[in-house]
Amino acid sequence: MDTLFQRTLEDLIKGIRLQLIGESAFISKAMDDIRREIKSTDPHIKSTALQKLSYLSAIYGLDMSWASFHVVEVMSSYRFAHKKIGYHAASQSFHEGTSVLLLITNQLRKDLCSTNEFEVSLALECLSRIVTVDLARDLTPEVFTLLSSSKVFVRKKAIGVVLRVFEKYPDAVRMCFKRLVENLESSDPQIAIPVIGVFCEFSSKDPRSYLPLAPEFYKILLDSRNNWVIIKILKIFAKLAPLEPRLAKRIVEPICDHMRRTDAKSLVFECIRTVVTSLSDYESAVKLAVSKARELLVDPDPNLKYLGLQALSFIARKHLWAVLENKEVVIKYLSDADPNIQLESLRLVMAMVSENNVAEISRVLVNYALKADPEFCNEILNSILSTCYRNVYEIIVDFDWYVSLLGEMTRIPNCQRGEEIENQLIDIGMRVKDVRPELVRVGRSLLIDPALLGNPHLHRILCAVAWVSGEFVEFSTNPFELVDALLQPRTSLLPPSIRTVYIQSAFKVLIFCLHSHFLENETTASSYSDTVAWGTSELATEMEWPENPNLATCKAPAFDKQEEGTPRDTNGAPTDLSEFTLKKKNFTEESIVNLLNLIELVLGPLRADHDIEILERAHNILSFAELIKGEIHDDLVQKKEILGTKDVKVSHIIKLMHDAFSKELGPVSVNAQQRVPVPEGLMLSENLDDLKTICGDVQLPSANSFSLGGLHFGVNCDVSPAELLRKEESESSNESSSMLAEHRKRHGLYYLLSEKNEIVKNDYPLANDPELHKNLKDDAEDLVKLTEQSLVLKKRPSQVKPRPVVVKLDDGDVLPISSKRPEPRDDLLSDAVRDVLLGSDNKPSSSRNTPSDMKSGERKGKGKGKFNINHPSEVEENLGDAENPDQENPNTRRSQHRGHNKERRHKSPRNTGEENNQKGKKKGSHRHSRHKTRQRAESPLNVVSQSPVIPDFLL
Amino acid sequence: MGIRFILMVNKQGQTRLAQYYEYLTIEERRALEGEIVRKCLARNEQQCSFVEHRNYKIVYRRYASLFFLVGVDNDENELAILEFIHLLVETMDRHFGNVCELDIMFHLEKAHFMLEEMVMNGSIVETSKSNILTPIQLMDKTS
Repeated sequence: MDTLFQRTLEDLIKGIRLQLIGESAFISKAMDDIRREIKSTDPHIKSTALQKLSYLSAIYGLDMSWASFHVVEVMSSYRFAHKKIGYHAASQSFHEGTSVLLLITNQLRKDLCSTNEFEVSLALECLSRIVTVDLARDLTPEVFTLLSSSKVFVRKKAIGVVLRVFEKYPDAVRMCFKRLVENLESSDPQIAIPVIGVFCEFSSKDPRSYLPLAPEFYKILLDSRNNWVIIKILKIFAKLAPLEPRLAKRIVEPICDHMRRTDAKSLVFECIRTVVTSLSDYESAVKLAVSKARELLVDPDPNLKYLGLQALSFIARKHLWAVLENKEVVIKYLSDADPNIQLESLRLVMAMVSENNVAEISRVLVNYALKADPEFCNEILNSILSTCYRNVYEIIVDFDWYVSLLGEMTRIPNCQRGEEIENQLIDIGMRVKDVRPELVRVGRSLLIDPALLGNPHLHRILCAVAWVSGEFVEFSTNPFELVDALLQPRTSLLPPSIRTVYIQSAFKVLIFCLHSHFLENETTASSYSDTVAWGTSELATEMEWPENPNLATCKAPAFDKQEEGTPRDTNGAPTDLSEFTLKKKNFTEESIVNLLNLIELVLGPLRADHDIEILERAHNILSFAELIKGEIHDDLVQKKEILGTKDVKVSHIIKLMHDAFSKELGPVSVNAQQRVPVPEGLMLSENLDDLKTICGDVQLPSANSFSLGGLHFGVNCDVSPAELLRKEESESSNESSSMLAEHRKRHGLYYLLSEKNEIVKNDYPLANDPELHKNLKDDAEDLVKLTEQSLVLKKRPSQVKPRPVVVKLDDGDVLPISSKRPEPRDDLLSDAVRDVLLGSDNKPSSSRNTPSDMKSGERKGKGKGKFNINHPSEVEENLGDAENPDQENPNTRRSQHRGHNKERRHKSPRNTGEENNQKGKKKGSHRHSRHKTRQRAESPLNVVSQSPVIPDFLL
Repeated sequence: MGIRFILMVNKQGQTRLAQYYEYLTIEERRALEGEIVRKCLARNEQQCSFVEHRNYKIVYRRYASLFFLVGVDNDENELAILEFIHLLVETMDRHFGNVCELDIMFHLEKAHFMLEEMVMNGSIVETSKSNILTPIQLMDKTS
């Protein structure tokens, strides 16, 4: 009776479509019905309920795992219509974690053995979706029987299932593989498609095991008229051909035939792909493939265009000429209507980049980026940045150009690659000494532009240029202008972490100005006695004071059109110079005072800033300014009488500060911290959870701590200036120090004892300790040699000036590599396949289902040397594989460094650090041992048994 | 595994059929479908039918109000998949007679059966329309 009132699936769908009470309400009501009906004892009601449930689950994503037991009940129904619903629901909702899977083994077995081929088919379909290790093991005999079923309908599905069964339970291979191969020889097209599909899957994972089947595959390649089959066969050959040169030779002609004859574009495309990936040594075939690819490329159909570009990008790896031939078309597609096509052509363009054309291509691309939509614009920028960074700026010869390009990128309106540009600006500043003047110039033009401050995407870049301007201020043509720029009112738009960099950079510039100024004073005072002192004491700072006095004195950021004066060469006659400075002295005196006034005016309000970093830095610079101002004032009052003790003190302080900043920060290796020995008696708290209560809402330092960290170090670590600062702080910044004291009281645990500070510090190597420096220098020399060599070898005619030295850290940016490669799970599978194919009569190993057992089985196999038939060449290949991940994603920086370092290790083994050597040794020994075990495992018998299989076909 | 999933989605972005050949939880499926629908439905006729998404390649084609989207591995042949989609549509056309969205809604199970005949474990096993439809018609008769 209930049956009459139950809604059918059709009613349900109609109800949803009518939407009288709203969709979600209707569905939840329907679910209530289902929950009730599914418990019914009437199989019809139950199965209808389940049918509705699986519909709702499939379309509206409702959970149906709660009904899994009911699914099993419906599956075991004797009526086919119900069973069908049950099986469908099972394959839709069951997965490895479903507990009721244990209950269905017998049901599946019963249905697999059924005389009704549709029931068998249902069971096979379901098995292929939900198979687990247990199911695979228990049902292998049934699948084996079905593999030679007389009903094609069943047999083809059994073949499909075998793929999953083998994956889960490799021992099944020993039983079923022969039958599978027999099916490969079947002439029935219905069988051919699935069986080739299965082998295609297998061979993509472990091609070597399937080499012995090459004759069968070859036959299909020649005879088959079904494009689906040929495409799959080509995929198999693409994997096999690189392993066996004789095979490649045989298949080249048939593949070219297919390429010429067929009208099916899919087949043409597959042929192209096979030729360029696996048969790229056969010139005529490659030429044919390239011409076919070009046909695709110039086709108006966007699909073919896209695939043509893809085909070219396969080719580009080995035959770049093919891309160069089609350069115009590729560049034309940069402005295609379809972003995917644009992206593909961008990839191709980047593949063409070399050190000869990088400038030209980048110019074209930046122009495209200006016009492109934001997304593609950033793709362009990204690919330029990552390509140029590759192998530590391998392709960049003219760094001045590159730095100005980075500046230009910043000005592209849609630019959102701030972080990457920031990193590169700082990275180049540290690595390439010669480019610093240009870097400062580019930095200046970005800093003084108030408009850029409004764009949050550029803040990171501004952070970098601010740091660069402070750090390399000696190359600046006009430091006063820099201070103006660094302190302009719109800097309030910056986030605090970047503002601190601005303030700190202003501090550095100030110190530089003072230092230059007082040094001049001293020099003039003692110019008659020792003019030579100038040359030595002055820090190679070729400075030209601004000619225009208005500019320096102006307080507001009024940026007149100040032409960059050419830096004056101080190595000229010393008398000239002292005259020059004498003339300028009064002016500088005044400008310095103006500078100090400006700083006080702008930073004064920051004394009460909320951000502690800003607060602290503002205090530092302000109290320093006050101190100096007082001294200068006295000095002025005394009207340049004989330099008193006070002035000596001032210049002493300034000198100290200047020394603190002038020490160059070298690049620090990523691994540097690991080399620092843990001092004795240092207790590190394992659990840092209570840090959260302290850090709470404080933002975690992001990547820009890179530069900030450097600054901290410069300030706080040099003992004397640090003391000095401390003194000053105690004088003027009571507020902050009291806050600090309070903080210290609350969280004393995380502060080092202040007295201990110095003692502990001495244990640590400094960031750029002399040894490291030595290494770097050696490195640099080494590099010079290398570049010289390459100059001689390559003969770059276009190169006007030699490439500047790029400092690289030796083991620098290598991350510790976990040398362990995850063991491929299907090792066991391929072992089994080889056993079967090569006819060795191994008994099935006793390995059972659990993974640990599998591993032990594998180990046993290797120990006995039964399963392993690897060629020595394969050992090498495996090792190559281990390195491969590096080449595969060239975008990650670490990997390139690693690749690069390895190369260097070969070239200059002496320069590698001790640790590096050790690492190398360790790695080497690791490889070695692996090699040995492989060799040991490889018994001669197996090699012999393998060889007779292929040759009769290939020779 | 060549084919990872097959989706049929209407113009409004509602899923009409979803067949996955690897296990994803319901949340993962919904997220994936949402992302793909957003990406593909925004594209126009002049743009190509291939979209890279996560580690899949999506090959799609629009028939009237219905989008057929197939997620495949990266080395799968895109054009072959387009042909497969066309074959699927032709097969449904032959069975339902001028197939439309409603046919698939009301006969979801049958659409699934057709797919099961055509694809197993993510690889195509049958490409002949009559071979695909014969068992379905037989089943119809018996039940």
